[in-house]
Amino acid sequence: MTVATETHSEHDHSHDDHAEHGMSNAGYIRVAIILAAMTALEVSTYYVDFGAFFLPVLLTLMCLKFFIVVSYFMHLKFDNKLFSFCFYAGLFLAVMVYCIALATFKFFAA
Amino acid sequence: MLYRGRVSIGPRPGNVFDIPFTSVSSFVLLMSSLTMVLAVSAAQKRDDRGTTLWLTVTALLGATFVGGQVYEFTAMYNEGLGFTTSLFGSSFFTLTGFHGVHVTVGIIMLMSLVGIIKRSDIPGDKAEVVELIGLYWHFVDVIWIIIFTLVYLIPA
Repeated sequence: MTVATETHSEHDHSHDDHAEHGMSNAGYIRVAIILAAMTALEVSTYYVDFGAFFLPVLLTLMCLKFFIVVSYFMHLKFDNKLFSFCFYAGLFLAVMVYCIALATFKFFAA
Repeated sequence: MLYRGRVSIGPRPGNVFDIPFTSVSSFVLLMSSLTMVLAVSAAQKRDDRGTTLWLTVTALLGATFVGGQVYEFTAMYNEGLGFTTSLFGSSFFTLTGFHGVHVTVGIIMLMSLVGIIKRSDIPGDKAEVVELIGLYWHFVDVIWIIIFTLVYLIPA
């Protein structure tokens, strides 16, 4: 009976840990508002002439939105660092392979 | 990216894209990511009613996005851009079409999960199952973030 009770307590404790994993609902809503604002800024590049900053602004916003969704919505920020290493290593590899493919077709050639 | 500047026939990106409409679609998909994470949060609190509610809202937003894509594809076809019209047409419809299929599969998974939760048929940790489906959904959203910038905003 005692063992079963202790096991049940440990089970509850692990569920509590899991329940605290991540942010509060208000935090998620704040992140969503930030993402919406960034999307609005991206769309504004269609209407406003950003000149030479057009491409850097768009690509920066794209990368920032990517990392915000991955970090907060996909909980990578709150997980074990090993998951972050695996994710970013795979992402780096994928981007490198993509760049090599582009270079093969002389995309970066003047 | 490889095919940029190689469109010699058929409509060009700037002629067929409806950026305001696609922006609204993007916003809808972004909000579906929020509702998905709220569903995961509800599942962690063992709130079945909240979980099924947010999962259903996520699926509805996803369906709205897919509906917008279908409308967009139809409009582009009517403007002369088909799958075999040009290199741009083939690559555009392949890329966005595959993304749309992934969203549709995600919607099916979400609604299946709602049904399973209502019947309390999930073995093991319910929150973990919801979180796994949520990871897939966020992946779909993240891919659209990239597609929207590289395919729509930059060429337009």
